[in-house]
Amino acid sequence: MIPLSWYMVLAAILFSIGTYGFLVRRNIIIMFLSIELMLNAVNLNLIAMSHYMDSLVGQTFTFFIITVAASEAAIGLGLVIVLFRNKKTVYVDNINELKG
Amino acid sequence: MNMPFTMPALAPIMPEIMLVCVALILIIVDLLYPRNRELLSLFTLFAGVGLIALLFKQQPASTFGNMFIVDPYSIFFKVICLLGMLMTTLLSGRYLEIEKIRNGEYYSLMMFSVVGMMIMVSGADLIVIYLGLELMALSVYCLVGLLKDDVRANEASIKYFLMGGFSSAILLFGISLLYGMTGTTDLAGIAKYCSETGIMSNPALITGFALVISGFCFKVAAAPFHFWTPDIYQGAPTSITAFMSVAPKAAGFAVFGRFLMVGFPELHPQWGTIIGFIALLSMAVGNIIALSQTNIKRMLAYSSIAHAGYALLGLLSGTSEGYSATMTYMFIYAFMNMGAFAIVILLCSKGNRRESLEDYKGLAKSNPIAALLMLIFMFSLTGIPPTAGFIGKFYLLKSALAAGYTYTVLIAVIFSAISAYFYLRLVRYMYMEDPSEEFVVQYSPGLTAALALSTIGVLGMGIIPGTVLNIASKSLIGF
Repeated sequence: MIPLSWYMVLAAILFSIGTYGFLVRRNIIIMFLSIELMLNAVNLNLIAMSHYMDSLVGQTFTFFIITVAASEAAIGLGLVIVLFRNKKTVYVDNINELKG
Repeated sequence: MNMPFTMPALAPIMPEIMLVCVALILIIVDLLYPRNRELLSLFTLFAGVGLIALLFKQQPASTFGNMFIVDPYSIFFKVICLLGMLMTTLLSGRYLEIEKIRNGEYYSLMMFSVVGMMIMVSGADLIVIYLGLELMALSVYCLVGLLKDDVRANEASIKYFLMGGFSSAILLFGISLLYGMTGTTDLAGIAKYCSETGIMSNPALITGFALVISGFCFKVAAAPFHFWTPDIYQGAPTSITAFMSVAPKAAGFAVFGRFLMVGFPELHPQWGTIIGFIALLSMAVGNIIALSQTNIKRMLAYSSIAHAGYALLGLLSGTSEGYSATMTYMFIYAFMNMGAFAIVILLCSKGNRRESLEDYKGLAKSNPIAALLMLIFMFSLTGIPPTAGFIGKFYLLKSALAAGYTYTVLIAVIFSAISAYFYLRLVRYMYMEDPSEEFVVQYSPGLTAALALSTIGVLGMGIIPGTVLNIASKSLIGF
């Protein structure tokens, strides 16, 4: 049987890749995908722990996270479309009206 | 497997259910009577006032397997959030007209976000807290981006969305670690595990704790997690900025407080130091960068970062005295900040938003009442007696001092003195400079009501300070 720590390490690696992607990439869609990757790292963590502890709370939580991530995607892509209509760009470096 | 199912008691969660219903009704009303803004705002006002009345009658209770609890602490913060919604509604009528926002979903989105806040302040379980937090955040993302043709609003909403999503992911990873180490998402259960087993020997648990703290700091806009605040406050519609600076912040502090107080009371020596550092950094960043701002919304954004720092002083002390000081401060802050934003909205007119500090030059000559009110709000934000801001700050500093954080309090006082420069610079512009353009502001009934309410709040709590603090400290009994 695969020990729990392997799953936790995998989740931590996925989470770090997501964080790195969010901080380094400049395309809004890719940044959003990185956030999704971070959320899935959390899901993996929760499911593995839930399985090893024999408690259903973690799995229930995962369903909630998937649901919230879906609604977040709907809103986020909507915002990106509105931005694209006005600015014709999806790169954060090109949106710099607000500073000071 | 056959699991018994019993319907949870719905009475404790009734205010939330009712608010959701009103928000849905508003969408239908908007469909049936399009372009009738007054009707929607009236609905919102009645719903807000009715719910506040209902909340005062609620008995302490818990439901959904102790995941959702109603106690005086949560009721106190729910009232602040509803007050924020009420005042924003009063401010909005005029602003929506100027900016030509015709979307009927404006009020329903605001209500959904308040429902989210009410759920998160009542949440005794990390799952419920997370769900409430997301409901609040997702609605506010939409509200920020409501001005579809305004590039700045687009930019603000995208930035808010990305930063908010990122902070939620960090918060969640922390929660997953807490769950994995303690075996529960219930705050009381986590506290029980920590007191039995100890946390200091468990690095994963400490990492989880630190990640959750960072996530909350994002939500209340405390440094070093404040980077989103100025851009979003500036780009969002002003009425929404007013709303964001009051209600989500109060809800964030409620959850922050509950998490520290219920979940990790024994770790106070450790997190006290961390919170103290965050508080001082927020004050430093907020007050020092605000000195160089020329846009009033940006200046108020940095001021809100600084005020998050002050409010953290109450949590830092870890005593019930400190918590009631933070609660009182959030209540006072709602009034003074709403008042300041009401003046910002009062000044804007079609085609000219008048958001620059230059626009305030000579305001006292052309519009003495508006200038006088702004003076009161600025005095209160600085913390000058006899305004409420002084009382709030006094209690916060007193509680931190009583808990033994002498140097933190000393530095906080110094930063507070620095903040006087940029608040009072606005007063100097209004009273001691000549106006560059003559204009007369138009008072609408809603704006007048909002201004009257916040002025009464700021002066009333400044002159008779005890009442709110008494309610706040009473609501902490049995916590």
